[in-house]
Amino acid sequence: MSTLVANEKKGFGSTIWDYLTTVDHKKIAILYLIAGGFFFLLGGLEALAIRVQLIKPMNDFVSAGFYNELITMHGTTMIFLAAMPLIFAFMNAVVPLQIGARDVAFPFLNSLGFWLFLFGGILLNVGWFTGGAADAGWTAYTPLSTTSPGHGVDYYVLGLQISGAGTLMGGINFLVTIINMRAPGMTYMRMPLFTWTAFVASALILFAFPALTVGLFLMMFDRMFDSVFFDAAMGGNSVIWQHLFWIFGHPEVYILILPAFGIFSEIIATFSKKRLFGYTAMVFATVLIGFLGFMVWAHHMFTVGMGPAANSIFAVATMAIAVPTGIKIFNWLFTLWGGNIQINTAMLWALGFIPSFTIGGMTGVMLAAASADYQYHDTYFVIAHFHYVIVGGVVFGLLAGTHYFWPKMFGTILDETLGKITFWLFFIGFHMTFFIQHFLGLMGMPRRYWVFLEGQGLDLGNLISSIGAFLMGIATIILLINVVKTSVKNEKVGADPWDARTLEWAIPSPPPFYNFKQLPLVRGLDPLWIEKTEGRKGMTPAEPLGDIHMPNNSFLPFIMSVGFFIAGLGFIYQKDNLAWLSAVFIGMGIALGCMLVRSLKDDLGYHIHKEDLQKEAKE
Amino acid sequence: MTDKSMTTIDQQQQYEQEKRKQEMKQQVITFALMIIFTIVAFGMVMAELPKLFVIPIMLILAAVQVGFQLYYFMHMSHKGHEMPSMMFYGGVFAAFLTILALVVLVWW
Amino acid sequence: MSEQDVLNPKHMPSNPEQATLEGKNKFLGFWFFLGGETVLFASLFGTYLALRDSTNGGASSQDLFGLELVFIMTMLLLTSSLTSVYAMYHMKNNDFKRMMIWLGITVALGLGFLGFEIYEFVHYIHDYEFTMRSSAFGSAFYTLVGFHGGHVVFGLSWIIALMFRNAKRGLNLYNAPKFYIASLYWHFIDVVWVFIFTVVYLMGVL
Repeated sequence: MSTLVANEKKGFGSTIWDYLTTVDHKKIAILYLIAGGFFFLLGGLEALAIRVQLIKPMNDFVSAGFYNELITMHGTTMIFLAAMPLIFAFMNAVVPLQIGARDVAFPFLNSLGFWLFLFGGILLNVGWFTGGAADAGWTAYTPLSTTSPGHGVDYYVLGLQISGAGTLMGGINFLVTIINMRAPGMTYMRMPLFTWTAFVASALILFAFPALTVGLFLMMFDRMFDSVFFDAAMGGNSVIWQHLFWIFGHPEVYILILPAFGIFSEIIATFSKKRLFGYTAMVFATVLIGFLGFMVWAHHMFTVGMGPAANSIFAVATMAIAVPTGIKIFNWLFTLWGGNIQINTAMLWALGFIPSFTIGGMTGVMLAAASADYQYHDTYFVIAHFHYVIVGGVVFGLLAGTHYFWPKMFGTILDETLGKITFWLFFIGFHMTFFIQHFLGLMGMPRRYWVFLEGQGLDLGNLISSIGAFLMGIATIILLINVVKTSVKNEKVGADPWDARTLEWAIPSPPPFYNFKQLPLVRGLDPLWIEKTEGRKGMTPAEPLGDIHMPNNSFLPFIMSVGFFIAGLGFIYQKDNLAWLSAVFIGMGIALGCMLVRSLKDDLGYHIHKEDLQKEAKE
Repeated sequence: MTDKSMTTIDQQQQYEQEKRKQEMKQQVITFALMIIFTIVAFGMVMAELPKLFVIPIMLILAAVQVGFQLYYFMHMSHKGHEMPSMMFYGGVFAAFLTILALVVLVWW
Repeated sequence: MSEQDVLNPKHMPSNPEQATLEGKNKFLGFWFFLGGETVLFASLFGTYLALRDSTNGGASSQDLFGLELVFIMTMLLLTSSLTSVYAMYHMKNNDFKRMMIWLGITVALGLGFLGFEIYEFVHYIHDYEFTMRSSAFGSAFYTLVGFHGGHVVFGLSWIIALMFRNAKRGLNLYNAPKFYIASLYWHFIDVVWVFIFTVVYLMGVL
């Protein structure tokens, strides 16, 4: 097993098989990109349906029950099944390359993480076809969620449980990769900012997701096995769910936004042709945001009645987060200042992000004022706020990353003209949709209501908002056309199309499956840029050419995830008919059996031999 | 490998074995202390001492016991455990906040 | 050198669990996982503490808990923690046989603990009709202690599987990290139990 299989032309079937069994982080990145992109489109369709329903007063485009399902699944899909996996796509594609690693620390777990996410996501959406998806809001507050009839919320519970386990694995994998597998000379303070943000986000995943796991278990027991955690009549307490959910939920938004910050930092430095301003402060701010992110969750619960002392503490802690975020905003501005700025699509997204996200940050400080929050709570003001940070921050970051990292992932470059059209349509549409919602909220329009009344001054605002949503929809379609066009044209670009600064641009696009033939010697921040300024073309190797150890592909992650999927269905339907318990046993049997095989069967990997590498270099 | 380097390896191994032996003695002492702590905790409860006195002492005893487990049994005192302890204490920090919130901020 | 020679060196290093990059990764990743597990159990403890007086007029912790059984269980688990330290001691000395013996004792003690726990649950269910459906306290108690019990089951199966798999071939640099992290897991189970007997049982009868 030492031939360079990857170079041979392959048939369709074997390509599929290759992706089903791959443990290569670059291929897993593509899988994440495709799956996350699919769920992004799905969540977008749900959003459009919501906006059509709200286009005029007392509309009857969808029923009230279906509207509840739409808003629930829109939120859940966008956060867990679109934003998270797309972030993981870029982390997988880029982080190992940025630190000069040949692989991730746990290639097997990495692939398992992907398949768990995918099957969890599918399970979540099965509800649409079997009598209704989850309908208790993406926060699934009890007792609404524990008493919601049908199986919708059951799908939510088990789908998130399965995909959450996958995310946790991904987090641990990146932590260990970044700590243990950096190239010689790549000290912590020489790591690119995207790697740093991925590191901090992974730590947040590690500490935040277990709270969700427990919350979901409690809800699962309440719904499926008649325990009474959240049943006040039996002594239960529904506030516990809110705490557990937000102890997870608030760090979650930093898990999303920090890697987006990292992507922007890379793009702004590259296209300003300048070293990132205040690198040390940026790292410090990233870590501080991660730390503070754990102490603010109760600002989602100001109106629960925790008392003035608790509300004040959480209000102050929340406002404090504005400080490190402000540091970042200013550092980006100073990086731009005096730079040799080149404006292309990726840069446009970065430039659009700064004011959009700042607006979201300011409304965040407004919402952090606990006493004022009693007015804003559960109105469209909140909707406007978190769409400004999540779309204006995370989605802009993901779209910027798509354009910036596309050449590295696929070896082609996305069309600039179409890219700019996408940006402008999306940017204008985004502000049309959500800016007006601040005012709708202040006028008293509550969130989650499926209709609003005529003659309350809400008609025009909602119409504008809906038109904006369609602009974003059109922009997304143009992006898809761009992707298809670029893939069909298949014009290859070189290793370093952006004249960039970091290690990933020192190797071919797309990179060979072993990434670095010889591990590079890192001599400072922006290692590739250092070599370029000294007149060299590429990195200086840190080692002689030698055998490279690679992990074996494995089909186990896929089977294991199928097992959990089957068990999940069994758990849901054993409530109706105990015969479904057999599905639980079969599913868990498959999953645990796979674990046993993995544990007992030696998987030593294989070596690519030096001679083959030399032969390949000559060809 | 030459004979000379073989002997140095042997010496090194002997030295390390000796060191581990010493450490094992420490661990047995640690274990004895943990047993004593446990007996003290159970004893205090069975003797029905006042609650406000027993609970803090019991929690302290538990914390010390866990420290023993971590530093002696799980070798956190050894070199190369900087990252593990950082992340573990990160978890402890999040855990502390979680418990605090659920004890203090859940009204009924 | 082939893979087998690398994994079976003439001189076993004194930290075989961290001699390969894979071992180092496993070691670090598993510690991080334990950091996450801490939050998992904290969430369960927090839930239990919030609900421990919500007995809904049914059995309370004072009615249920007897300290004798818990004391025996504690001793079993504490001792099993020491025996797994012995196992790792012999692993580092490359004494495979002794390591297996001590691991066997660890498993036996763990099984004893598990037996008592099952007896305890059955006792509560039969003699007090106290289940996870009787009250919020019941839900929280069974979930917290049951999660710990689940960890014990998983840890035991893990160690037993490792012992059977490697019984014939002895210690090498490939399986040493596996043994080491299994023993870390076992210690962590004991760490959690220290808080369970303190917070649930001792504070429960007070």
